Order: sequence, then structure tokens, then C-alpha cells
Amino acid sequence: MEYFISAEHLTVGYDGVPLIENIEIGVRRGEILMLIGPNGSGKSTILKSLIRQLKPLAGTVVLDGKPMRDFSGRELSRKLGIVMTERIRGELMTCRDVAATGRYPYTGRLGILSAEDREKVDEAIRLVHAEEYADRPFRQISDGQRQLVLLARVICQEPEIVVLDEPTSFLDIRHKLEIIDVLKMMARTRRMAVVMSLHELDLAQKCSDRIVCVGDHCVDRCGTPEEIFRDDYIRKLYGIEKGSYNALSGSLEMAPSKGEPGVFVIGGGGAGVPVYRALQRNGIAFAAGILQENDIDHPVACVLAAELVSVPAYRAPDEAAVRRAKELMEACGRVICCVEEFAEGNQANRKLLEYSREQSLLTDLDSVIRAAKGEPE
Amino acid sequence: MEKKTHRRLRTGFCCLILALAALTVWNINAGSVSLSVREILPILFGGGGENAAIVWDMRLPRIAAAILLGGALALSGFLLQTFFANPIAGPFILGISSGAKLILSLTLIGFLSAGIAVGSFVLVLAAFLGAMMSMGFVLIISLKAKRMSYLIIGGVMIGYICSAVTDFVITFADDANIVNLHHWSLGSFSGMSWENIGVMTAVVIPVLVGTFLLSKPISAYQLGEVYAQNMGVNIKRFRIALILLSSILAACVTAFAGPISFVGVAVPHLIRSLFRTEKPLVMIPACFLGGAVFCLFCDLIARTAFSPTELSISSVTAMFGAPVVLLVMLRRQKQQM
Repeated sequence: MEYFISAEHLTVGYDGVPLIENIEIGVRRGEILMLIGPNGSGKSTILKSLIRQLKPLAGTVVLDGKPMRDFSGRELSRKLGIVMTERIRGELMTCRDVAATGRYPYTGRLGILSAEDREKVDEAIRLVHAEEYADRPFRQISDGQRQLVLLARVICQEPEIVVLDEPTSFLDIRHKLEIIDVLKMMARTRRMAVVMSLHELDLAQKCSDRIVCVGDHCVDRCGTPEEIFRDDYIRKLYGIEKGSYNALSGSLEMAPSKGEPGVFVIGGGGAGVPVYRALQRNGIAFAAGILQENDIDHPVACVLAAELVSVPAYRAPDEAAVRRAKELMEACGRVICCVEEFAEGNQANRKLLEYSREQSLLTDLDSVIRAAKGEPE
Repeated sequence: MEKKTHRRLRTGFCCLILALAALTVWNINAGSVSLSVREILPILFGGGGENAAIVWDMRLPRIAAAILLGGALALSGFLLQTFFANPIAGPFILGISSGAKLILSLTLIGFLSAGIAVGSFVLVLAAFLGAMMSMGFVLIISLKAKRMSYLIIGGVMIGYICSAVTDFVITFADDANIVNLHHWSLGSFSGMSWENIGVMTAVVIPVLVGTFLLSKPISAYQLGEVYAQNMGVNIKRFRIALILLSSILAACVTAFAGPISFVGVAVPHLIRSLFRTEKPLVMIPACFLGGAVFCLFCDLIARTAFSPTELSISSVTAMFGAPVVLLVMLRRQKQQM
């Protein structure tokens, strides 16, 4: 299928100074194209050039088979909808008024709305579930509601392509999800081509069809989320040094605490993660074990633990692993056990727990944290 | 909701028109020679009489001037507020009226000392050049300083500089005509001829209509430049149109009545709070009517408060306009907190 909008050899920048050169991207109808990349990498610059707010320094943007610069303002206003980061001024306007400005390209000389226009505005407001606050002043609703109203505005503009610059920034989780939901509806049901930038990688991974990575002054990579979201690549793209990104779960972890491990954590089945994080928060380096590689504690332990004893997936820990764990327990001098019941395949960890009791190494998270803070146990 | 808005619009316009009518009648009545309605009617419908001259040659042209120029000022203020997205912008505050006054004085003195009579259109043209000059400076300031208050301070400074130069010019160009010039430079609706009114109408009414036809792009521009452009507005052309229209209006007022303060800032705000809307389709005619009402009212006070001594119209408009501006500023401050 042909690209609906594409950039060909596009060079963008401000005041004649190129910021990103030779951009080649394209979106089809019904697709969501996501721009990700660090702050200041030029995502907004690319978006502004796509919507003709910035003049390209070289190359062209082709929309529906025709160079963007050949469109008249009126023609383009029926094809292209935007939600940018600039604040809408709109004093004394209700949300409905703001949404209704989407009908602007279709109204007559004086911009008076027809009955049909009004219906479309109402429908758009329904689609973003904004009926409740539609008649309230635009200035008095929350940031999240405001973004939804702007989406309603785009919906009743009935464009064929929508460009959005960080539509979910500064919003709470509920509104982030609502906005992505509406955008998906616009792409899938209304067959709009959607181009947007996003800082939330977890959302980007789950809602985009194709991803463009804008790195240090270049388009670093394009591809499907599966191709892009690999731990090491995201780490490189954003230059992450103080922590790590887990592509599978889409979650961030802080950098592990430095130093020799001071406590051994027996974990498994998800019980370990909260303890690992608590120790990291308090700056206590720790060792973890014994985890199978398919255990959900494993990815977090991998990045947070100073030492980790693990065994391959679906394999019971062997003698060597148990020996290693015992060594670490003795070296640490303290043991926390997060597991309450040991399943049949987890007898090795039960043995470890017994061993720590025998050696009177067993303690709990609270005491470890208190000790680290220098408070009496 | 919609019904409520419509009712508000109807009531608002009715109030404005009634006030305009009442003030017009009152303005014909009141003055150093007080006339009753019974005396006026025959005069208006062609009957002569000893007071016909007062009505036809003095009061009616003055009323017409107050209506046209008051409307023009308020409209100019509304356009400037839209343009700069600044609620306290106005032709006087931004120094545009003073710029017009300066070039106008220079032109007048030049023509008078050369012994040439000056036509109304030449006056308007000179005032327009002056307005554009100030506007140029204000635009430069607006490019350099993004903060709203700096724009206003810049405008006020430009106004002071222009006024200072004007005073300087008037002081040293001593001549019999200068007395008039001085009187004019304080601002007044007095001494209008029907020829003046004709020129005024020819300038103001087309601009009013033109502005009304721009309602749609103005409403788009109110959302912000980025969105206006997305809606197909040619920003460059639109901005030039706004500058020209507001400058012509301010220039025309200054050419005939001198600089008049605070009408341009205060009236759009009063209208906004009366109609609770910013829609240009409503604001443009309502501001024009509102400006007319405001100036008729202020002129009535200027003429009659200490009759036979006349106050300068600018002092009266400042008395009523400045508190409005203060209120607006305080209310915005509260909203932002």
C-alpha cells in the first residue's frame, strides 16, 4: 500500500541550520507512526516540518501524491489535523466552542456552524467521552480533559492525517490511556494516518505500528515495535547510564546500589521484586538467588542485584548453584527470605532457608533497612 | 445552554442600541442652551427656528463624530488585543495614537506655515503614517520581548516620546493656529463639520465592514498562530490586515479628535463581560456600538459637567476607562494564581 504522507530526503532545522538531514519516513492510512527519542533530538522539528509550520531546508513532504507546498491553506486544512504543544489561548471559550473550531474549513465566509456541523461536533465530543464538561470553560478543565477536547476538535475536522506532538505528556495514567485509545480508534475505524511523538516508551511500544527513532541529529532507526524495543538499543538511543529499561515489561529500573552485597535475598515468583527495589532505594547492595531464568523476579534481579545466582528455565537448581548461594549468604552475613511456600520444584530454596536459620543469618527487610540507616534493630 | 447564549446576545445588543438612542437624544438636549424633546423634533424634521443652527451645526455633527470615532477606537482596541494576544493592548496605551498625533502636528504646522489649507483626507493620511510608525516600533518590541508587560511598557514609552516631541513642536511653532492645535492635541469631539463627518464615515464604515468580514480568521487566530495556520489562515497576510485595519481606525480618530485614552482598552472588556464571549462575530459589532455609547456618555459629561467650560474628552474617558483596565488586570492575576 502506498504511503499517504511521506518525507523524501527531508532536511529540517531552524534558520537555515540543518538539525536532521535526509529523513525518509512514511505513513499509510490507518497506521500509527511513532517518533521516539531523547529530549532535544528534533522530534518536534520533524513534526513541525511535516505540517508546514517550518519550511524544510531540503527535500519534500508528499501528501496523498502531491507535494505539501502545492496545497492551498484551505485544501490542507481539510486533510491535516494537529495537536501541538502550544497552549490554546481561547479565552471565554467553552470546550464545545474549542472542538467546534475543527469545523472551520467547512464553514462559510463568516464561519457560522450549520446544523450538520453541530451534529459532527456533538458526535466528536461523544467519541472522546467529554459530554460531561463540554459546556464548561476550556480554561477551567484539567490538562487531560483539555487534550481530549483537542482530539474532539481534530475528529470533527475529519482530516486524513493527524499529527500530534507529545499528546500525553504531563497527564495522569487514566488520561494517557484514554488518549491513546481515541487515537487508535481514529486510525483503525476512521482510517486516518497518525504521526505522533511520545515520551512514554511503554505506551509507544503498545500502540504504534511503526516506530522512528530520532537519535542524535539523525533518524537512527525505523521499524516495528518488535524490531526497535530491545533493551540494549533503547539504552543506546537514550544514552541511559543511571538505570535500565526493560523492553519486555516496558518498565524502568534505577541503577543498582554500588558496593559489596550486604544481604542475600531468597526470591522467586514475583515476591522478590518489591524487596529488590526497597533495597535499591535504600542504597543497600544485595545478592539474589536462586532464580530460574523464566522467573518474573529474574529480569529485575538481573539489573538490580550485585550478585545473582540463577539457573536455566524449568531446571531445578543444581549442586553448584546451591553451593554458590551458600557462599554468598555467608559472605553477606544476612539473609532475607521473601518466599512463603516452596513448591515441589523449589526445594533448593527451601534448603537455603533452612541453612540460613541454622547459621542464624535470617533477618527481615525492616531490620536490614534500619541497620543501613544506623538505627537500632 | 445555546438558548441562554442567544438570549444573552439579544439582551446585550438591545441594551446597547437603547443606550445609544437615549444618549443621542440626551446629547441633543443638553448643553449651554438646553432644549426639550418638543423643541428638537421640529428642528430635526426641517423646521427652522433660532436653535436650528445649534442642533444642526454643533450638536449633531459632534454626536455623529462621537459615535463613529468611539466605535472606531473600541474596534481598534479589540483588533490590537487580538493581534498581540494581550488583554490590555489598545491604540492609546501602545503609543499608536501618540504617533499619529506627532506626524499630524508636524504636517499641520508645515502646511499652516506655508499657508496651505489642509483637507481632511490629508489629515487622516498623516495620522495613518504616524500610527504606522509607532506600530512599527511596537512590533519590534513585541518580537524582542515576549512578556506581556514589556509590550505595554514599550508602548507607553513610545507614547511619551511622541507626546514630548509633539509638545516641543507646538511650543516653538508659535502661531495663532497653534492655539487650536494645542486644544486638539488634548482630544475633543468639538468643532466637527459635516465634511469631516463625511470623511470619517468614508474611512470608518468600510473598515468596520472589512473587519466584520475577517471574523472567521480572527476567531481562528484567537486559538493561537499554530492552530490558525492549520485552519488555512494565511498568517502573514492576516497579520498585515490586522495591523492596517487597527492603525487606520486609530489614525482616523486621532486626525479628527486627537488622542483619546482608554476607550480602546476598556470597551472591549466591558463588552466581553456583558456578552461573555470572545467570538468576533459578536465582538466586532458590539465593540463598535459599545465604543459609540461610551464616547457619547463621556462627551456628554465633558460638555455639561462644568458647563460652559469643557473638559478634554481624554480626561473623562480616562476617569471611566482606567478603573476598568485595573479591574481586568487584578482579575487576571487572580485567575492565574
